[in-house]
Amino acid sequence: MERKVFALRMNRVLCFITVLSILIFLGNKGIAKEVEIIGAGATFPYPIYSKMFDVYNKEYGVKVNYQAIGSGGGIRQLINKTVDFGGSDAIMSDKDLAEASAPILHIPTCAGAVVVTYNLSGNPQLRFTPDVIADIFLGKIGKWNDRRISAINPGTKLPDMNITVVHRSDGSGTTFIFSDYLSKVSAEWKEKVGAGTSLNWPTGLGGKGNPGVAGLVQQTPASIGYVELIYALQNKMPYGTVKNKKGNFVTATIASTSLAANTDLPDDMRVSLTDTDAAEGYPISGFTWILVYKEQNYGDRSEEKARELVKMLWWMTHEGQKHAEPLHYSPLSKRGVEKAEKLIRSISYKEKPLMR
Amino acid sequence: MADHSIADVLALKVDAKTVNQHKFVLSESSFRKILYLAAICVLILLMAIFFSLLFSSLPAIRNFGARFLARTTWDPVKAEFGALPFLVGTLATSFLALIISILFSLPISIFLGEYFRHGAASMFIKSIIELLAGIPSVIYGFCGLFLLTPVIRALETKLGVAPYGVGIFTASLVLSVMIIPYSASIGREVISLVPSDLKEAALSFGATRFEVIRKVTLPYAYSGIFAGILLALGRALGETMAVTMVIGNSNFIPTSIFSPGNTLASVIANEFTEATGSLYLASLIELGLVLFIVTTVINVIGKIIIRRMGVGA
Amino acid sequence: MFFILFFITSKGISVVNWTFLTQLPKPVGETGGGILNAIIGTFILVIISTLFSVPLGVFTGIFLSEYRKGRLVYFTRLSIEILQGIPSIVIGIIAYMWVVLPMGSFSALSGAVALGLMMLPVIVTATEETLKLIPDSLREASLALGVSYPRTIIKVILPAGLSGIMTGILLSVARVAGETAPLLFTAFGSPFMNLNILKPVNSLPLMIFNYATSPYPEWHTLAWGASFVLVVFVLSLNLFTKVVTRKWKVQF
Repeated sequence: MERKVFALRMNRVLCFITVLSILIFLGNKGIAKEVEIIGAGATFPYPIYSKMFDVYNKEYGVKVNYQAIGSGGGIRQLINKTVDFGGSDAIMSDKDLAEASAPILHIPTCAGAVVVTYNLSGNPQLRFTPDVIADIFLGKIGKWNDRRISAINPGTKLPDMNITVVHRSDGSGTTFIFSDYLSKVSAEWKEKVGAGTSLNWPTGLGGKGNPGVAGLVQQTPASIGYVELIYALQNKMPYGTVKNKKGNFVTATIASTSLAANTDLPDDMRVSLTDTDAAEGYPISGFTWILVYKEQNYGDRSEEKARELVKMLWWMTHEGQKHAEPLHYSPLSKRGVEKAEKLIRSISYKEKPLMR
Repeated sequence: MADHSIADVLALKVDAKTVNQHKFVLSESSFRKILYLAAICVLILLMAIFFSLLFSSLPAIRNFGARFLARTTWDPVKAEFGALPFLVGTLATSFLALIISILFSLPISIFLGEYFRHGAASMFIKSIIELLAGIPSVIYGFCGLFLLTPVIRALETKLGVAPYGVGIFTASLVLSVMIIPYSASIGREVISLVPSDLKEAALSFGATRFEVIRKVTLPYAYSGIFAGILLALGRALGETMAVTMVIGNSNFIPTSIFSPGNTLASVIANEFTEATGSLYLASLIELGLVLFIVTTVINVIGKIIIRRMGVGA
Repeated sequence: MFFILFFITSKGISVVNWTFLTQLPKPVGETGGGILNAIIGTFILVIISTLFSVPLGVFTGIFLSEYRKGRLVYFTRLSIEILQGIPSIVIGIIAYMWVVLPMGSFSALSGAVALGLMMLPVIVTATEETLKLIPDSLREASLALGVSYPRTIIKVILPAGLSGIMTGILLSVARVAGETAPLLFTAFGSPFMNLNILKPVNSLPLMIFNYATSPYPEWHTLAWGASFVLVVFVLSLNLFTKVVTRKWKVQF
């Protein structure tokens, strides 16, 4: 008798599971009509993208699922065609572009700044010069009260502690911008480490994503790291001013980033903004791009999906721009928007442009 | 016995007529074929896993050869990869974790196998150990990150070492807690299986209980305990999440137990989704292949020993 | 051990309330938000992986308990043991190569494949061990009554061993519900609610990992809450199987 009851109960459980599974499959059929755009990539713009996509979803009902796994991840997944678009602050190298089976467009969405943030008691406001930054991250300057740091920061008491360097453990566009800058200002850096999304760091701890680095610096006394401006601001972490090419110590702000972005923009928008010539420009700035395939008819992509993607890109570079400044990103300049428009218009499906 | 069983069968209201008149009449041979098929599927699955890993690591294997295991640079920019930092990190954390955990699991096995074999205390401790094994690894990592790291950081400051907080030592501590259940439960079973006449003989010679444990029980159960340790090691080698969160993610050979490092598993977790360049990806997959082979060998050896001891693990 | 549990409970309980459980996560930097999509996601992943692994697992278990000798039996058993020891991250790599790449997208399906692979050995071993305990006389009696062999197995032996098999299934569910590594590059995560198995999905352990390693205190609080929910779920499942095993153990 016990067994019968048990068997009955089991039957009921099985029924429940079957019904649930059927529901899920039905749900798939219905929800399959709802367009979901999947993107992955840089953590650099994650705060603004997550805001943008949330607003976009509320206004247009289209879900954009963006996972911040690092620019390297965005590039890789786009090449593998497992996502609809990639987010990257690293310019795709010619080698990567060659590995992709079809042309990929770099569509700029905004510009940001990479700041040097640190954890020192009292949160002193520090100044940095390019060579000092390079040598700290190369491991050549080991202590906070090193002569070279004190020399540019007279009047600030620096502790006699070892500098703990924090860098990215994942493939990062933020790293790309940072190392691109360091390669321009330090020959030793260029030779020893170079520029790229994943580097052979001479020293330091690795954090995952901008959040990881910010978290580690926040928790580790006497540490130093590099993050996108918004991460330092949101976590109330101090960051240093940096001496730019013209000799001015510049703070990273929307204004100084925009000044750095106000340079010659090539048609494909694959341009680096670091070590800017602008007198008041912040030297470690960079664009962040959305990477898409120029020809959207690949795999089993529908024209509708491609069209939604293009609409999203258009919105991001126009109405969506108003979300940049509250989050301390620098919106695209008029010229930037023009170039972006041209690129978006060139996206095609089966050779027919999707947006006129 | 037979009568008893027929009654059981009848109680299930099963009889030839009603059962065989079911809609789908499964013939015996096709049913047996299904069973064979299931088993073969499993075999194929395993082979497929191995060969997938092998095939995808080929570019790296061809490029670096066996020296891959001895090279120390992991430079994605220059596309030079070597596995040594991660091998060292993996072995260091796992062995350190093992040593720490043995300090706990051995006494626990002895207590449960010898002294508190039955009763409330034994149930209690056994349940706790099983619950320990059930906690997901990401939660261990989370707790390690927030609870343990500040403590280690304070320790490091006191010792005058760089106050990372994360690193090999922290990862080993977290790992050791996670693998205690594995060696403890097997150790306990093996110790409780030691035949009592051996122990009684020793006792009758005037040995104290403690001496009996040391000189009789432990040597007898030695290989079983060893197997349990091997299984715990296998688990530690492959542990990913908890380690990734507290190891500091540095692709260098760690210089001290307080320095950051990376294990085979944690570097894969960190860098897999973004390995641009097929050599990079192939190298990561080769790391996965190495991990696969190492854990398999250790686990299989452990299981063979256990089976030989006749323990129902 | 108690220390850990106590800490999680104290931190987590303050966070968990109804809105927490039923809301979707908010964009970064905004307070509030919940973990509903992660709960549903974990649920979906578990159900699908169970659907994958149970049939194959149970039949393989039957095979191993029926045929005690032979090369196929030996190798199958060996394969299961090896499968059990494979680190979860390696399984993740496999699922990525087998499902995500061909599909061209991350999906709950690929995550479920990975989890199913991990559930398989536990289910097979539980089935085999339980069925081995059933005395041959039961089988022989049924066959003697004229019941065909397949029917014997399915209608007689399996129900007798059902409690042990269910235990195996529940234990493997408890195990994979907490797995993160294989989901890192299969299910991918999502800030939205998603019922479509062909799309990415969030899960409790994934969310804990992402939020815990972030620097935002609000996300940390969410992670503690999610950890609490996950731990409660996993531990209660384990306790449940223990209680059930004792009650339902079919005696012969």
